[in-house]
Amino acid sequence: MAADIPQVRAGENAALKRWLPLLGIVVIVLYCLAPFYWMVVSAFRRPSDQFSNAPLPLPFSIQNFKDVFASGNGFGRGLLNSLIVAGSVTILTLIIGMVAAYTLARLDFKGKNLVLAIIITTSMFPGISLVVPLLKLFVDIKWINTYQAMIVPSLSFALPLAVWNLTAFFRQMPQELEQAAMVDGCTPAQAFRKVIIPLAAPGVFTTAIITFIAAWNEFMIALSMTNKKSIQTANVIVSQFTGATGRDQPFGSQMAAGVVVTIPLVIAVLLFQRRIVAGLTAGGVK
Amino acid sequence: MTATTPVTAPATEPKRKQRFDEGTGRLAATLLSPTLLVLGVVVLFPIISALRESLFTSGQHLDANGFVVKGETFVGLQNYADIFRGETGTRFWNAFYNTTFFTVVCVVLETVLGVAMALIMHKAFKGRGIVRASILVPWAIPTVISALLWKWIFQADGVANALLGTQILWSTEGWQSKLSVVLADTWKTAPFIGLLVLAGLQTIPAEVYEAAKVDGANAWKTFTRITMPLVKPALLVAVLFRILDTLRIFDLPFVLVGPHKDSVETLSMLAYDEAFNTRFGPAAAYATVLFVYIALVAYLFVKILGADVIGEARAKKPGGGKGGGRWKRSNAVKASASAAVTVSAASGSGRNI
Repeated sequence: MAADIPQVRAGENAALKRWLPLLGIVVIVLYCLAPFYWMVVSAFRRPSDQFSNAPLPLPFSIQNFKDVFASGNGFGRGLLNSLIVAGSVTILTLIIGMVAAYTLARLDFKGKNLVLAIIITTSMFPGISLVVPLLKLFVDIKWINTYQAMIVPSLSFALPLAVWNLTAFFRQMPQELEQAAMVDGCTPAQAFRKVIIPLAAPGVFTTAIITFIAAWNEFMIALSMTNKKSIQTANVIVSQFTGATGRDQPFGSQMAAGVVVTIPLVIAVLLFQRRIVAGLTAGGVK
Repeated sequence: MTATTPVTAPATEPKRKQRFDEGTGRLAATLLSPTLLVLGVVVLFPIISALRESLFTSGQHLDANGFVVKGETFVGLQNYADIFRGETGTRFWNAFYNTTFFTVVCVVLETVLGVAMALIMHKAFKGRGIVRASILVPWAIPTVISALLWKWIFQADGVANALLGTQILWSTEGWQSKLSVVLADTWKTAPFIGLLVLAGLQTIPAEVYEAAKVDGANAWKTFTRITMPLVKPALLVAVLFRILDTLRIFDLPFVLVGPHKDSVETLSMLAYDEAFNTRFGPAAAYATVLFVYIALVAYLFVKILGADVIGEARAKKPGGGKGGGRWKRSNAVKASASAAVTVSAASGSGRNI
């Protein structure tokens, strides 16, 4: 933006150059946070003030949060289910993906680019074209309303994501590390286990966060593969909250539920922002 | 260690090749097999079985003698033919139009906004940490939750109407529901594109800008002749992924506006609706059409604009690319420009944004 300001008088130009980016920053921050702020504010209103458009939730109330966790909603159980599904997807993905990523980053073999291209391509398939046949298969083998019915299809997007991220991280590590280990008498497998894995821990951790967030956000698979409340993930349960009268939507409790689902992610983002940004851009900017 | 890497790297190159090349083919195949196996099961198998499924109809129907037949019947290309004609044809073309509309409008808006954000963030020296954190917030909020949030904002007596002083019924049929989906999608992903472009901006060494300044280039010329060409590879990949993502858009219109709404029904929603009603044959046919559409768009995008998804691997082997000559050159420019930066990033701690 600041780039296309025409050359004005020198003094004015310098002042503009200093203040315009700062103004831009304020606009960006507002743009990103205002809707989120509105979710938090709406969550902390009294249900009777729900339609108030005041910028602050006064009088302050946590009634919406109490309503969300009321036994009829099954929201607590939904959070646990989300944790089980997203956690399993993350762990499985890391175990399987780490070996592949290291292979792609370090070994030189024929068709390497092809393999990498295939792995990236698989993440581009529309989820629905995987869900339809898998749904039919899972009906046949009685997997509907099971955790594995949500975990297995989620690997289709989580695994390519993790392999891609980890490959970028492994590539950033100097090859001399393993060479030194092997000079000291390690086999390549030992070099990987004893030298690379500990050193790659930050990259693995970042990949774990990104994969977890992606799996935690998943909706279509979780929606398709379940119809029992006790097994549904938090996302599905929140989207299907019903109000007291059936027709109207309980926005207050939905916003409160949204805050509960989102807060762990926002905290993770605030704590690990540097790493997450590095991880997200590692694949895209090479 | 960081400083010595670039110096020693060329010298060790041939030695490394010798050591790692012997028998690596088989080793690589063994190590890659778990990943490829899993992807085969969760991606390749469903794709193939969707193709097969799309040639059948399932469920109860009457045969020629009036008996109830249960199970699958082979119908050939019937499901595909049905997609394009009659009432289902209208619904399909509407969904096809909506999907394309969302993709074009959202991606264009997100790209423009994202680039603008990246330029601002690149210029600003103060408050980068805050921006980076706030930019990640829309990205981290699950799409379903953000759809509910926007539904709440776009409520008839919600804050959007209050701020705008309007009485628009946003989540009813019509242009306004399309607009609400576009706004919600842009909010979530424009900052993300900004983030990727910013990372691309930071790989451009300051010397390039200094040289441009010495040559007397003005701000606009610097932007079009230096910034954009050097950021283009990163931007193209981001845009490609956004296009593919928006073509399969499901959660946002499904939750924000709802199923069975003509104004926002996308191909994914259509296929989901058929599968939900256990019409697996037509559902698979819709999913396959969407899949072919996405593959075609991705192919054309890579062919025409030369998005280089596995750029680094190709940069290592300069002769091995299949892109056009023009593209390879600009890639080489990028490679040499970013070489200095990669070195400092090679310590494994990730880039500093």
